[in-house]
Amino acid sequence: MTVTFIMDGKEITVEDGKTILDAARENGIDIPTICWHEATTANGLCRMCVVEVEGWRTLQPSCIVPAGAGMKVQTRSEKVVRARKTILEMLASTMDLSDAPEVLTMMDEYGASHERFPDAKRRESEIKDDNPMYIRDYSKCLLCWRCVQVCADDAQYTYAINFEGRGFETQIGTFFDKPIPETTCVLCGQCVGVCPTGALKPKRQFLLETGMSPQEISVLNTGRKRRKS
Amino acid sequence: MVTEMINPNRVVADRVISTTCPYCGVGCNLQLHVKDDFIFKVTTPFDSPVNHGNLCVKGRFGYDFIYHPKRVTTPLVRRYLLEGKPRPEIREQRFEISRKDAEPISNHPISTLSDWVETDWDTALNITADNLARIYNRDGSDAMAVYCCAKATNEDNYLLQKMYRALFRTNNVDHCTRLCHAGSVVALQQAVGSSAMSNTASQVFMNDVFIVTGSNTSENHPIIALQMKDAVQKHGAKMIVIDPRRIDLVDMAEMWLPLKPGTNVPVFSAMAHVIVKEDLVNWDFVRNRTEGFDEFLESLEKFTPEYAEELSGVPAEDIRKAARMYAKAKNGAIYWGMGISQLSHGTASALALIHLAFLTGHVGRDGTGLNPLRGQNNVQGASDMGSMPFHYPGYMRVDNPDNRAKWEKAWNIEEGGLSLKLGLTTTEILSHAHEGGIRALYIMGENPMMSEPNLNETRKHMERLEFLVAQDIFINESAAFADVFLPATPFAEKDGTFSNTDRRVQRVRAAHKPRGMSRPDWQIICDVALRLESRLGLDTAHWTYSNPEEILREMGSVNPDYAGITYERIEKEGLIYPVPTLDHPGTPTLFTESFPRGRGKFHALDYVPVREEPDDEYPFILTTGRLLEHWHGGSMTRNSALNEIYPEARVEIHPADADIHGIRNGNPVKVQSRRGEVVVRATVTEKTTVGVVFIPWHFHEAAANLLTNDALDPQAKIPEFKACAVQVFPARESDLPNPDFELNRGRY
Repeated sequence: MTVTFIMDGKEITVEDGKTILDAARENGIDIPTICWHEATTANGLCRMCVVEVEGWRTLQPSCIVPAGAGMKVQTRSEKVVRARKTILEMLASTMDLSDAPEVLTMMDEYGASHERFPDAKRRESEIKDDNPMYIRDYSKCLLCWRCVQVCADDAQYTYAINFEGRGFETQIGTFFDKPIPETTCVLCGQCVGVCPTGALKPKRQFLLETGMSPQEISVLNTGRKRRKS
Repeated sequence: MVTEMINPNRVVADRVISTTCPYCGVGCNLQLHVKDDFIFKVTTPFDSPVNHGNLCVKGRFGYDFIYHPKRVTTPLVRRYLLEGKPRPEIREQRFEISRKDAEPISNHPISTLSDWVETDWDTALNITADNLARIYNRDGSDAMAVYCCAKATNEDNYLLQKMYRALFRTNNVDHCTRLCHAGSVVALQQAVGSSAMSNTASQVFMNDVFIVTGSNTSENHPIIALQMKDAVQKHGAKMIVIDPRRIDLVDMAEMWLPLKPGTNVPVFSAMAHVIVKEDLVNWDFVRNRTEGFDEFLESLEKFTPEYAEELSGVPAEDIRKAARMYAKAKNGAIYWGMGISQLSHGTASALALIHLAFLTGHVGRDGTGLNPLRGQNNVQGASDMGSMPFHYPGYMRVDNPDNRAKWEKAWNIEEGGLSLKLGLTTTEILSHAHEGGIRALYIMGENPMMSEPNLNETRKHMERLEFLVAQDIFINESAAFADVFLPATPFAEKDGTFSNTDRRVQRVRAAHKPRGMSRPDWQIICDVALRLESRLGLDTAHWTYSNPEEILREMGSVNPDYAGITYERIEKEGLIYPVPTLDHPGTPTLFTESFPRGRGKFHALDYVPVREEPDDEYPFILTTGRLLEHWHGGSMTRNSALNEIYPEARVEIHPADADIHGIRNGNPVKVQSRRGEVVVRATVTEKTTVGVVFIPWHFHEAAANLLTNDALDPQAKIPEFKACAVQVFPARESDLPNPDFELNRGRY
């Protein structure tokens, strides 16, 4: 079964059930994404991939909306570009994008300014350094949910992390805010592997970036952890 | 430009090197991100054929042992050798495994080891060759032995066994496969004539019913466990776990059969009994593909589910249900681990499993098969390379003159020069270490002082060796007994290939140059071999290679399984052997038409209990195993940040047993067998079953192998690690080797 529809004025035929994003990629049309990842279930969270469908009231997240017969889709309409630019500007005004080069490149491409919302409250938190394998810097987290997904059914079936808090206060956390080693975490680092913004970072990379030398890093873990008194 | 907001301290890799993980047999693809000759990050491609973008804690974070300050990167020799003095009666080893305040020698900086002297390569290699040649000239082939290494590359292993076979004319060549899957290897050789996994691990998606037995897959093959979980959760497969411990996989299993350790044969045979009695047999398969059925049938008569229940504690009805589920599957498969093979009847145990596949025909198709999950990254490859006492590379028997002739030709050896005599196995090599037996041992990368059973006995054998060469990266518990230490390189500093549990031959690539003076194993071996040849006055067996690929090609020119493998062909993705020709695509599924031995052979089996059953004095069964965070003897992981997250051994004991003995979670206890004792903290948990205690064997300060029984399987010569009798007593905090260590993990 196939579906035929129009994207950016071009007639496109894809397998039934494919999303608009799949169809675009198969046909060499570029739709930007942030939260989407090949190894995770698409969930339409970041809305960077929105497209305009003629006759539909709102912009549609192309990563989860299946291509439908006869649809007329525009991937770069003025409305779409404005929405993407605003999404990027809102992200830049509330979080630290300094370790997200792909997102910064998108900002340049869309002419997005990090000063569009100068009064916005920033989402800031302390770096969580509670295990020898990776650090968590949620000031850099844009809540794409990839880490939670690979910790759950998309890879590891470990369920150590999830969203906590509501609205602006939403953050990724562990149950009862326990340190990572005391949760069900197996320290596989699948989450680190899919993090797009450097919020999750291997400990040794983090230490190197703080200015420690490889020699200093190499002697760090040679002492064993002592029992809490 | 907004891109100027980028973190100015952001580390960008100079290069990203694609290689294969050095830990378990899954063989995950790793990408090593290198900056200034320092690996700061490991990632994996999401389209990798083996691991699909997933890694475990060891693969992703456990490479830091490469940079550990205790790594030895300078050749070392004992002082007595340099001073030309006779060898001291007792070498000062500075290593007391049984003492509570013991620190292994490897915990000391080199400068404090007054017995060792740092030297140059020439001196160390000459001393090595002089002494090996001296002992060989005096005592002959039977005095020489070598441990190859399942961690090293195919090329390293091929050369080391070649050195011992071609130069010392001995087959006393073995490696840790003997301690791991020897039972499975021998059983598979007898029943089908091959000894690897018949299908690939990723075919678990095609199973509709699969059995996991004797394998704690989540901790020991973590990525295969993910695929098993996916098979259950996303593909509707049913998993049957047969294991004495309530392992993580049980959470997703359709059934869990908690058998008493050592009762594999009755449980599997009772399943076979049910399959026959309820006529669930695939008669076409039995008639056309197997032999020995009638005799087998006779032996099966007594293995009723009720009889098995009596022996194993598994309810007869569960045995029936599991047998029906597996037999009625469209595609059934069996995955097994050490719990099958590490018994004094390990071979019988594996045969009993193989029978299930024969009866149901669940072998020879995609999504079925007989799948022993191999432990080490390259235990499959080391075995393929002939690092075994009975086989040349390619599983060619050494006692067959035709095979001998092939290798004599390849190695430029006079006709009839190679030995037809079967060599000694790992455990036998050490037990023969005495006057008139083995005098010189060469160990590449292995750690028998952790991995052998009954370590107090092993220790005596190690001390009785006249000359011991250790080629390693750390002075581990075994290298502490060496006379010469040759510093080799770990996986990230050398090129070569590993063969994973799927029989997939994959590239290993150097990420940076060797640290200090250390050198890749294959180069060290060639240098030793050349020196030996000149001392022994032998024609050269060829030891000059300009790169490791030439070594693999030399081996492949005689071993048809690897004949079609070149580095160019496996540049991007590994090939699954047999690859008989240069245009052959590889063979993911074996036995589609027939078995290598022709027909699959049924064997009549009997129930033989474990050698040491619990009694009043030693009422518990001790079973040993591994942990997610650690690797075997610990040379790598205990010199890594991994040790920080799992710093101590624990004994798992069931709440009902703990209650009787007044033991609470976290209490120190002494675990004692007839052979030794250790003091560890107790983890009181229903993960183990009543009457069974579990200790991981990675920790030198509480080495589980001080307790284990060195009884051997008569055919495979594999020791009985999985069951011995112990007693558990409460102990004092001050009796613990490290009372102040913290272990606070929430994982399974």
